[in-house]
Amino acid sequence: MPMIEKADGPVWKRRKSATQWLIWFGWLIALSIAAYAWKLISDKTIWMFVVDAPRQMMDAATRMVPPKWSYIDELWGPIWETINIATIGSIIAMIIAIPVAFAAAHNTTPHKLVRAFALLIIVATRSINSLVWALLLVVIVGPGAFAGTLAIGIRSIGGCAKLLYEGIEEINHNQVEAIRATGASPAQEMIYGILPQVMPTFAGVAVFRWDVNIRGSTILGIVGAGGIGVQLNSSINTIAWTQVSMILLVILVTVILSEWVSAKVRHAII
Amino acid sequence: MLRLENVRKRYKTGDEALKGVTLEIPDGQVIALIGPSGAGKSTLIRCVNRLVEPTDGKIYLADTELTTLPPGALRKARRRMGMIFQEYALVERLTVMENVMSGRLGYVGFWQSWFRKFPKEDVREAYRLLDRVGLMPMADKRADELSGGQRQRVGICRALIQNPDLLLVDEPTASLDPKTSRQIMRLINELCAERGLAAIINIHDVLLAQMYSQRVVGLKLGEIVYDGPPDGLTPDVLTEIYGEEDWEATIEKVDEEENGDTNGTQNAEAVS
Repeated sequence: MPMIEKADGPVWKRRKSATQWLIWFGWLIALSIAAYAWKLISDKTIWMFVVDAPRQMMDAATRMVPPKWSYIDELWGPIWETINIATIGSIIAMIIAIPVAFAAAHNTTPHKLVRAFALLIIVATRSINSLVWALLLVVIVGPGAFAGTLAIGIRSIGGCAKLLYEGIEEINHNQVEAIRATGASPAQEMIYGILPQVMPTFAGVAVFRWDVNIRGSTILGIVGAGGIGVQLNSSINTIAWTQVSMILLVILVTVILSEWVSAKVRHAII
Repeated sequence: MLRLENVRKRYKTGDEALKGVTLEIPDGQVIALIGPSGAGKSTLIRCVNRLVEPTDGKIYLADTELTTLPPGALRKARRRMGMIFQEYALVERLTVMENVMSGRLGYVGFWQSWFRKFPKEDVREAYRLLDRVGLMPMADKRADELSGGQRQRVGICRALIQNPDLLLVDEPTASLDPKTSRQIMRLINELCAERGLAAIINIHDVLLAQMYSQRVVGLKLGEIVYDGPPDGLTPDVLTEIYGEEDWEATIEKVDEEENGDTNGTQNAEAVS
């Protein structure tokens, strides 16, 4: 469109002048807001602490080294518990998320109202952090790994179901139609036409969620919901910094391992 | 025998895809349904097995009136109509054998299909069909490992294992190269002859339509504008169906093809 006829031939520009001005104006406003926000934050900061921060950080760091290597003997149990919380939590989440996802996907939902309800489950479980779920569940089922597992499980339903239903909505409808044309029942349509198409997504979502949950479950102990976070919490409370660094190291290694496993699994599926 | 009486289809968008189509197809007759894109060819055959619900009209397969069947009876009726699709519509992540066996889903229960426990006779028939189309070595390959022509053969097997009275074929060659297209059309034709099947073949390639059918029906904007023998497709008729164009070349080519084709070998198709 923005072609301008001039004496020496047509000139082409990417945008019309008006559009161009509008974009410049947008940038101007965005930058002004950023500058104003910067000033607000700066006014409320006690700069003395900020100046002091590097020294404090060095101080904490020196107190953390070397990690208390022998402490590992007491961590095997908690880290195993952490992995179990993540694994079982993920399994619970997937079991519940699969039917929710089928109810939430446009192309498989039995009814609009069912879909709305499924979406509500997804939003409700997703919007509350697993730490908050853990806090609630510790009160309900008592402290320990069970509360943690439930917290991880519930928090993951929404995340899994959302990815699953998006996967279901992306399937090739022709394949389902072809199965329907053979005289298959709706249930058979599901297992022959839909399931084979979404299986890779399902497996991918499961390992991805497991990977996320390993990280999530390391923190649950802070509120008493089991796992390695219990040790982390008590070590911080007793200012045993060398133990804290040991725990952080163990968490780091576990997370790296879980990332490696899930990457391998995902690679194998695709 | 298939009989359509004044079948109409109006989509929710307001588009009237079929404006009262009446058509009768005797047992064992292969008809080609030609017409420009958007003429309603796909809608027409999808109305027959009710993948698309017709808005009005009646469709009889033998003595069964299809348009009013409740879900259970409709599934039973669908078993008698095999369908072959434009882009094969195989379930890509299932094996060739699973895809062929899925043609029997209307005959087996849920758990049988879940555990892939199909009756022995069905399995034998599947192997016979795969052998017939030259795909025996591919039986346990995954469908997405196959070439276009091979996939369409699997699609044909899936339709035939239903043991249908009628084949509904939707643009079987649209995704295939010219040579494979011919082989697939010839195969469909031969199989229909062997089994005495009637077939409606949607096809936009006029040449193929003339070569491989006993009768041609021309559809334009949801109405039948030609119904007659393949060699009745004169330039005037083609202009009526598709609009103004130089048709002489198309028609001359058919004559050559038909002459050349009679000495063509059937063995060639087992390759590729």
